[in-house]
Amino acid sequence: MIAQTKKLFEGVRIFDLTWTGVGPTAIKYFAEYGAQVVKVESSLRPDPLRTLPPFVDNKVGLDRSQTYGRKNNNKLSLALNLNHPRAKEVTRRLIEWADVIAEAFAPGAMKRWGLNYEEVVKIKPDIIMMSTSMQGQTGPASSHPGYGYPLTSLSGFTYITGWPDRPPAGAFGPFTDFIAPLYCVVAVVSALDYKRRTGKGQHLDISQYECGLQFLSPMILDYTVNGREFQRRGNRSDCAAPHGVYRCLGDDRWCAIAVFTEEEWHSFCKVIGNPKWCKEHRFATLKDRLKNAGELDKLVETWTVEHTAEEIMALMQAAGVAAGVVENSEDFVNDPQLKHYGAFFTVPHPEMGTCTCQASTVRLTKTPKVEPIRPPLLGEHTELVCKKFLGMPEEQYVSLLLGNVFT
Amino acid sequence: MDSEQKSERMLSPYRVLDLADEKGLLCGKILGDLGADVIKVEKPGGDPTRNIGPFYKDIRDPEKSLYWFAFNTSKRGITLNIKKPEGQGIFKKLVEKADVVIESFSPGYMDKLGLGYSGLSKMNPRIILTSVSPFGQEGPYRDYKTSDLVSTALSGVLYITGDADRPPVRISFPVAYQFAGAEAALGTLMALYYRNITGEGQQVDTSTQWSMNPAQYDVIGWWAALKKIYKRQGPFLIRPNTGIIFRQHWPCKDGYVTFYYFGGPTGAASNRALVQWIGEEGFDVAFMKDRDWPKFDYALISQEEVNRMEKPTAEFFKSHTKKELLAGATKRGVMLYPAATPKDMLESEQLAFRKYWAKLEHPELGAEITYPDACFKASETTCTIRRRAPLIGEHNEEIYQKELGFSAKELVALKKRGIIYRIKK
Repeated sequence: MIAQTKKLFEGVRIFDLTWTGVGPTAIKYFAEYGAQVVKVESSLRPDPLRTLPPFVDNKVGLDRSQTYGRKNNNKLSLALNLNHPRAKEVTRRLIEWADVIAEAFAPGAMKRWGLNYEEVVKIKPDIIMMSTSMQGQTGPASSHPGYGYPLTSLSGFTYITGWPDRPPAGAFGPFTDFIAPLYCVVAVVSALDYKRRTGKGQHLDISQYECGLQFLSPMILDYTVNGREFQRRGNRSDCAAPHGVYRCLGDDRWCAIAVFTEEEWHSFCKVIGNPKWCKEHRFATLKDRLKNAGELDKLVETWTVEHTAEEIMALMQAAGVAAGVVENSEDFVNDPQLKHYGAFFTVPHPEMGTCTCQASTVRLTKTPKVEPIRPPLLGEHTELVCKKFLGMPEEQYVSLLLGNVFT
Repeated sequence: MDSEQKSERMLSPYRVLDLADEKGLLCGKILGDLGADVIKVEKPGGDPTRNIGPFYKDIRDPEKSLYWFAFNTSKRGITLNIKKPEGQGIFKKLVEKADVVIESFSPGYMDKLGLGYSGLSKMNPRIILTSVSPFGQEGPYRDYKTSDLVSTALSGVLYITGDADRPPVRISFPVAYQFAGAEAALGTLMALYYRNITGEGQQVDTSTQWSMNPAQYDVIGWWAALKKIYKRQGPFLIRPNTGIIFRQHWPCKDGYVTFYYFGGPTGAASNRALVQWIGEEGFDVAFMKDRDWPKFDYALISQEEVNRMEKPTAEFFKSHTKKELLAGATKRGVMLYPAATPKDMLESEQLAFRKYWAKLEHPELGAEITYPDACFKASETTCTIRRRAPLIGEHNEEIYQKELGFSAKELVALKKRGIIYRIKK
């Protein structure tokens, strides 16, 4: 007998108080794999992403931000003013309903609303609470406000990105905002499994700073062991040459090429037509090529400027040399490999016309993602959630509505 | 969160066989740090990944790679030649008692060895096969080669990184593969979650290109909403709709700090606090004092105004060290952090308070090494790195003899045939 494929997170219920980048990106994995996610937000203090450009046609509106839209598909939105004295009537029901509470406020905020872990477990002893913050729930800097851009600096990525003869250019944007969500998902799924085995919930304290450092741990060991502070080095490598980003035919077009082994070097030379300089002594071995990398790069570029980045990537890859177009936004939206995996999809949207969403970035071969549902308008599902999910009586719902609690 | 040792860890019941190279090492580390029994399976003589630097005291040696140390904490290690049928047979025996296999070979390679998902699931239908590859198990780039630089290029992140007047530039220390490694860990856990409900394992397919792509952040949004191609701006940020450009990385006395006047209600208190602080030290910020910060928006002011705001801000930052600026920002609630180096991290009071640094003994080096500890804290379970990375074949006897039941004699025979140990020439 073949059982019908279940949705992976079928039956998992998430009371989602996260906002901005990290929390919503993490919770989307659950939404796209079948969990019920109720995102609780307020027009009085909207998710900052709802206020951030780009807006379709540059027309500003809480339901018009692409930045919000692409991170919040497949979630339901309940509008709630947490500062209202009667908000507790709703949050209590949400806590009773939920398996997981996710939040991303500055540490301390949940306590002010009586929603801290210690209070919540009194209502639901086996709840899992995921708290993600800049620097963790404890410690002298826990209340220091911030966001992904400066945190990328604190986590070490800014200092090591750029050219040795220049100040740091910095890793792009709120780089750590794309590391922490991966750890948030790891934490919540692990806690769900622990709860399945033991019946116990728990509080997960995820510092986005600490997550960022995980990616750099060998560099940190180089300091704790060797006392070395790693420095910016452009696109140079210790173990490959040519290794760089080379200008190609067209305006601001580039191809990345990385040649590690002797075999790859010979293939590379063949692709570019075995010019005389390939045979020169100064490029004979990897050691020589590393030593003369600057001159080598210039010579490589004399060839690449005559060809398109796409052509170079195809020729190099066919010859077994790692190469890739330095893709801009138009390129990666149309990249056939990312398309194959459904990295982006467009959903109709009543305010934006269409909204481009970004799928969570893993493929499970037997349990596909659920059908895409457009991101919610603020408070769009308040009534549905209150009545259908939370079993709230009509009179109470109307009274809360008239009391401006759902704002 | 207390620091007492709790008996069962989050992933205690699970056994993981880790065949991955640098593309997927982080996956097994994450699972191991959370309590899974992760066995690194290397080829006889040791994995080539051990040749990746930096090295302990800069000595190039497969037992001294700090890269290896960093991404193999909490793992045990055995050696096995899975290219030979006899080795494959032993691997299948291991699979019978395992929950997860992590691999990062070229797509199709495991199938050729009879160790692809269809082969492994015959031995153990509950097995999860987690594959990390450059571009995924399917699609037109499936067989393409990659490197840190090439994955960053094709993820869309490289184009927007670097100074405007120079070529795109990568993060100098390679991190592209860590996205895939962490993605593989969460995918593995999702597959385990499903298996524990249905009894059915599956293959998890992660790609270095795709898993790094989200780090292009709102570049996709600018394209989708306005067909604007976002370009690299070095230490500046730009609003592509108005062309307004403003600084985010600033020189200070002994390095760099990151700050910009964040718009809207989110940034108001921070902006006000910084202006107050700059004013207290005698720089001319009078013109900014009464600004209606909750309404501040880079889209609504002129470039001249931006430049005017940045002048005293730059002078103020230049007059202080990273440490002074961080301490003041923490105290005053300014959304500013320094561009930290490892030295700054090790000196962080916050990380010390949270016991983020763990020390592991390396008896064979006669050294104790300081590591970043596990990736998060949990109230019910201990999350800490548990042991240093394995030496080559360190747990061969423990696993082959005690756990698989091979006799010492059989082990010697396997050694002679080059199945477990490299035959010395």
